[in-house]
Amino acid sequence: MTELFKVLAPGLHTTVQDRGRWGFQDIGMPVSGALDRVAFRLANALVGNPDGTPALEILLQGPTLEVVAESARVALVGGGAGLEIGDETPRSVPPGESVRLVRGDILRVRPLGDVSCAYLAVEGGIAVPPCLGSASTYVRGRIGGLEGRPLQAGDVLAGARPSVEERPERALASPFDPGFGQSIRVVLGPQEDYFTAEAVALFLSSDYRVSAQADRMGFRLDGPVLAHAKGFDIVSDAIVSGSVQVPGSGQPIVLLADAQTTGGYPKIATVISTDVPVLARRRPGMAVRFEAVTQEQAEALRREEEARVRGWIADVRLARRGGGVDVETLYSANLIDGMIDALA
Amino acid sequence: MDTIGMASDVRILPAGDTAVVVQFGEGIDRSLSDRVLAVSDRIRAAGQPGVVETVPTFRSLAIHYDPLVTSAAEIAALVRGYLEGAHAARPLARLWTVPVCYEARYAPDLAEVAARTGLAQDEVVALHSGTRFHVYMVGFLPGLPYLGDLPEQLSLPRRTDPRVRVPAGAVAIAMRQSVIYPLESPGGWHLIGTTPIRLFDLSWERPALLSPGDGVCFRPIGRGEFEAIRRAVEAGEYMPEREVLAR
Repeated sequence: MTELFKVLAPGLHTTVQDRGRWGFQDIGMPVSGALDRVAFRLANALVGNPDGTPALEILLQGPTLEVVAESARVALVGGGAGLEIGDETPRSVPPGESVRLVRGDILRVRPLGDVSCAYLAVEGGIAVPPCLGSASTYVRGRIGGLEGRPLQAGDVLAGARPSVEERPERALASPFDPGFGQSIRVVLGPQEDYFTAEAVALFLSSDYRVSAQADRMGFRLDGPVLAHAKGFDIVSDAIVSGSVQVPGSGQPIVLLADAQTTGGYPKIATVISTDVPVLARRRPGMAVRFEAVTQEQAEALRREEEARVRGWIADVRLARRGGGVDVETLYSANLIDGMIDALA
Repeated sequence: MDTIGMASDVRILPAGDTAVVVQFGEGIDRSLSDRVLAVSDRIRAAGQPGVVETVPTFRSLAIHYDPLVTSAAEIAALVRGYLEGAHAARPLARLWTVPVCYEARYAPDLAEVAARTGLAQDEVVALHSGTRFHVYMVGFLPGLPYLGDLPEQLSLPRRTDPRVRVPAGAVAIAMRQSVIYPLESPGGWHLIGTTPIRLFDLSWERPALLSPGDGVCFRPIGRGEFEAIRRAVEAGEYMPEREVLAR
């Protein structure tokens, strides 16, 4: 372990996340993990990490970090404006592109733009003591990550490598599309029979908005109130990522990474796994429209998404920066093996 | 021999494309819970690729799966196979004895519970500590067990004014259930005692003391023993009594 970054400014809510803490939901432990597993995976791929390597999740406003390692390589995916590096003569790096930094560099994550979350991956990963097999931070339980909390000014982030080799940088072949225009697909149930037929129709035909009450636990939505047909108390049962629960107020809440494992409100539908990241990227005030698919269709959509993400990783190209690039030299620098690692 | 349940009275419900919910009925009762736990055991033992984990709750079982490896249809077929098979009642795995101090300073709502149920405080304690509870599920907070069934005479609705802070170790009741708060948290149940033992510790391999299907009995202790056990817990020298029963 080696010190990588000193946190000069923490951002609004920056946490260490990985793919989540699976296997303990039966004892009430939320899964946590990256809200947007796709952006998280792409960021890791750009720095040559295997999927699931711990990275920083940035919500709404990013941090400023000082490089204290000899050198480090990072990539940001999800944010609109990318990174700003340096002090006297700042240079900028677009999102979706890796960059090598050296000791003393100041790395600032520029405003995220429209999206709510972005991922800053570091070659070799962020090192924190694993808790129940995961690096993910669960802030309400003060578990995982850096002392179970978001970053604070003065924190020092550790990593696996004291330095990284100079090599050509990598970039996504096309800008990362947050999917703001698309509808959010759901599978109805498990308790859609707790709602009137009108409420189900209203849910699928109305414009909702992400309310100000949106965090890693879930997004409360503003929009038409959904009427329950047989009360709003059920015998508590399990919650999954994407569960759309409707409490007595009739306002739906989509539950996300840090949600409790069980709940006592009926769940009208579940956002499909492909669209959980698409919803999680939206900021308070943005529109949400739901569309029903079957469970079988949802599974097929997830397989298509997997193929698409693998395609994006395979299409990662060399970053066009700093003059001409000798592709042959780069290929001989074993870039291909690195990409295969990232796919594994 | 009972069966876990014919397919006709069991509903297999979708929870998106990463989980199915096997629902055995509507209420809270031991026979439903035993069926939930029996299917959970079998799914775990089967080790089907793509099954991520199972989450037993009062009357249903959530089976989380990886849609890139398996499908809801495959999991439903697996479950149906178990439903049609015969099963003996699921044997109790572990019976825990949890020490509880029911004295006034550890039991802020005991007097009110006694008044509202028309019982003497001693009778409330005798009923609570005389019940062998079943852990239906663990949820709400990491490590928080939902225990049933509380004797009918003690059944009260939840408090109308939930507390902002309930201390770790608080033993509480509402409706036909009892819970133990593993961590300080908000809570709306009636606090009738406190245990000095720890229910949740991240340094344990499995960080929750109690699991769904365990049995729990409460043993009344005085303030002196409470403090002694608490010191022993802090020194890492106390483990609650546990009887492992044959399965």
